[in-house]
Amino acid sequence: MTVLGQAPNERVSPIYAVLRPRRVEAGILVMVAVVVVVAYVLASLGNTASIPANFGPFLGWMLALGVVAHVAVRRLAPGADPVILPMALLLNGLGYVMIARLAEHVPGGSDLAGLQATWTAVGVFGFIVTLVLIRPVRILVDYRYLLGAAGLGLLVLPFVPGVGREIRGARIWASLGPINLQPGEFAKIALAAFFAAYLVDARDLLRNRVELRDLVPIGIAWAGSLGVMVFQRDLGSSLMFFTVFIVVLWVASERTMVLVLGFGLFVVGAVFSWTQFTHVQQRVDIWLDPWADSRDTGFQIVEASFALADGGLTGTGLGQGEPDRIPIVESDFIFAAIGEELGLAGTTAVLMAFLVLIGSGLRIALRAARPFDKLFAVGLTTLLGVQAFIIMGGVLRVVPLTGITLPFVSYGGSSLIANYVLLALLLRLSHDQRSVRPENSSRNESMS
Amino acid sequence: MNRRIRHLGLAFAVLYVVLFVQLNRVQFFGAERLQEHSINSRGLIREFGQERGSILSADGVVIARSVEIGEPVDFRREYPEGDLYAHIAGYQSLNVAATGLERIYNDELAGVTGEQQFLTFADFFIDRDTTATLHLTIRDDVQRAAREALGDRRGSVVALDPRTGAVVAMWTWPSFDPNLLADPDGFAANAAFEVYLNDSSDPLLAKSYRELFFPGSTFKLVTAAAGVESSMIGAFAPVFAVSDAYDPLPAGSPIRNFAGGSCGGDLVEVLRVSCNTAFAEMGAEWVGPERMIETAELFGFNQLPPIDLPNAATSRFPTDYGVRLADVDFYRGGEDVILANGAVGIYENSARLAQTSIGQNDVAATPLQMALVAAAIANNGQIMVPYVVQELTGADGTSYGTTEERLWRQALRPSSADVLRAAMVEVAANGTARNMAVDGLMVGGKTGTAQLGTDPPNSHAWIVGFAGTEGGVAELAIAVIVEAQEGASEQTGGVVAAPIARAVIEAYFSK
Repeated sequence: MTVLGQAPNERVSPIYAVLRPRRVEAGILVMVAVVVVVAYVLASLGNTASIPANFGPFLGWMLALGVVAHVAVRRLAPGADPVILPMALLLNGLGYVMIARLAEHVPGGSDLAGLQATWTAVGVFGFIVTLVLIRPVRILVDYRYLLGAAGLGLLVLPFVPGVGREIRGARIWASLGPINLQPGEFAKIALAAFFAAYLVDARDLLRNRVELRDLVPIGIAWAGSLGVMVFQRDLGSSLMFFTVFIVVLWVASERTMVLVLGFGLFVVGAVFSWTQFTHVQQRVDIWLDPWADSRDTGFQIVEASFALADGGLTGTGLGQGEPDRIPIVESDFIFAAIGEELGLAGTTAVLMAFLVLIGSGLRIALRAARPFDKLFAVGLTTLLGVQAFIIMGGVLRVVPLTGITLPFVSYGGSSLIANYVLLALLLRLSHDQRSVRPENSSRNESMS
Repeated sequence: MNRRIRHLGLAFAVLYVVLFVQLNRVQFFGAERLQEHSINSRGLIREFGQERGSILSADGVVIARSVEIGEPVDFRREYPEGDLYAHIAGYQSLNVAATGLERIYNDELAGVTGEQQFLTFADFFIDRDTTATLHLTIRDDVQRAAREALGDRRGSVVALDPRTGAVVAMWTWPSFDPNLLADPDGFAANAAFEVYLNDSSDPLLAKSYRELFFPGSTFKLVTAAAGVESSMIGAFAPVFAVSDAYDPLPAGSPIRNFAGGSCGGDLVEVLRVSCNTAFAEMGAEWVGPERMIETAELFGFNQLPPIDLPNAATSRFPTDYGVRLADVDFYRGGEDVILANGAVGIYENSARLAQTSIGQNDVAATPLQMALVAAAIANNGQIMVPYVVQELTGADGTSYGTTEERLWRQALRPSSADVLRAAMVEVAANGTARNMAVDGLMVGGKTGTAQLGTDPPNSHAWIVGFAGTEGGVAELAIAVIVEAQEGASEQTGGVVAAPIARAVIEAYFSK
């Protein structure tokens, strides 16, 4: 365990030691920048056989955002993990290149690239604001019930008359003037904080004997979010919330029973939804046999399979495939577009990037000194990892398809901003643990 | 808690490994199956999303080209000459499987072969026009002459350069309009296809090289070649007795001449008048089954012709004549038959051989095959590999390759070819192929009338031959068939088919 002040070389100045992760980060960022810029040029060449006219602005914008984010971390959380930000920027950059390449081919997509760039800027802004405001992360503990209420409120927001919007059959949108947002994306962070804070309180109780009334608030949060999700027809988010809740509870309580119980609840909920809701039945039917109705309900997933198959090992080349044949390719199915044009190599790279993010997140959780920090890091990491798994697995037909975004990669403002905030919180947790000596109890635990 | 967190990490690792395995299944191991899935139209749409090279005749006439239409696909195929090249170029359609050169040169026309895609390192990154243009050996003026001369009669014309194998004209009527099948409107294309498919005259079939016909008397050239090759038959000896019927050995119904006539004489004479009785005797008693089969196969029968077009038909010469009978006395009309000195003997099915020697029984040939028979005789016994694509060029004119002349078969010795060539010139000068002769040109020919055994009598009218400048070598070999003509006289071929051959020869030599 490398903790500040325990560096083997005593002569190394603390400032240097603090900045070392940032030098590593800068190095990886340069590589990421090269990859993304080259991808952008190739995509444009593949599309129009010329260097893009907006190459200069794009390059400036990309590099500026990267530099701003890096400098912010340097100033605000210099001891934080060095690979998280570069991995997110890599995913964001690849996604942006794909969206820019798709923009002129998807319906109403001519503005997509510009919008995504704007959202990225807003996301980086949110990232910085989070780093500025939330320090240390444990101040959130004081607001745990407020956060829980806010989470639920955000979830209910799409049902508030005048604000809520239903788009493509899912009532998950709230409009703020001209801007449509998915409040659920932000709710997930608030609820993760609430879960972590609440379970720290309940932790000792849970470890000994679970009494029914201890679980009541959790039950409310669970049933509430699940219920809202069922009514909003957003199965992916529903599954994500539930998984995060169970995982955090399991880590907090250290009881395997929780997993068994959670899985049982999941099966009950799944069977219940399957028998009660036609849209759930449809999703399952498509998952089991998309070919049965390949021109209608199964169209998206079948076309995604064809796109992935066309990609093969190395892909058709950026701008040389036809991923625009898949409906909503720029958002839910962007993974298939990457698979078509960058091949198995590209999709594997995306998988690896997410694995690195998950690994870093869990390492932060492992090293965190305070129980809340641990649980919150676990919750945030699980959010990211499960969301990515659900949509990639849906596209690949490993799990039934549910429409959620691929973090950092898909088009979508709410998703981008929320995930940058999530990232900032993880980095803040990472930085905090370097400036605080671990508590004895957790230190012993980490040795075990 | 940390133990659980490590377990969580392990669980995530497992989940992502599952994704990785599935990615390999979809993108690598199962990719081909998905790409070839019946509802996967990506390949087709990709083809039609890009410009495609043109197909040009030898004299530069556009046979097929890409036209940008935008909807429902970016490009469609257009065939400015309509039915004229339909059986050669074929068609490329969104709705009907491609045929002809459009099919077999698909990758080159689309520009997706490795050679075309990556000429230079820079090609890995830029979208250069990689399509190839196909330059054919077909001469538009000769092709048109063939269509005009045949008119609305069913039949085929194949004309090629015997020295190289380059096909100069290849026409079959009825033909079809490929533009209708290339219609991007799926309903219209399918409707047109349906109409052609249900037409009993089968306009979609390139009969010139894909349909087998009884060759009739044109096949006597092969029998004559077998005789000359065996050294048993010379131009002026032996002399076949004048006769009105040939009674086959060991037994069988007699073979008669057309209209019950009598004929006989040396090889030149019996070829000139296309004497059935003489060729039946020549094949059955002088040449014998082994040499007949060998020679027919050297000419290309029972072999897949190596032409650069899809689904060519293999012409057929029967090979089963039973075992040789002991050299006992044979009787014909109650009298002892003494076989000619050096004759091959009699086989169980020598009667069948007598029929196949004059192109009857189960002999069947494509018009292309009969043109190759004439080409062999015209070109010192050599049959060159026939081809219709001369060269592929890139958008900037660079050549992706030229068809090289290649020998397919040595059908007979040059000296034997000389004998037959002279005999065929005589047939065109003073025999049944007179209508084929063109003033100022060296022309040789052989007619054929393949009776179809119908009532009233119908027959395929044939002519095969060659033409060259006087005193020069033959530059054109030709076969013409006009299907199912009324009547059944040996004159039919000479009257019906020969003028068509003459028109094509004249068109060829007018330039």
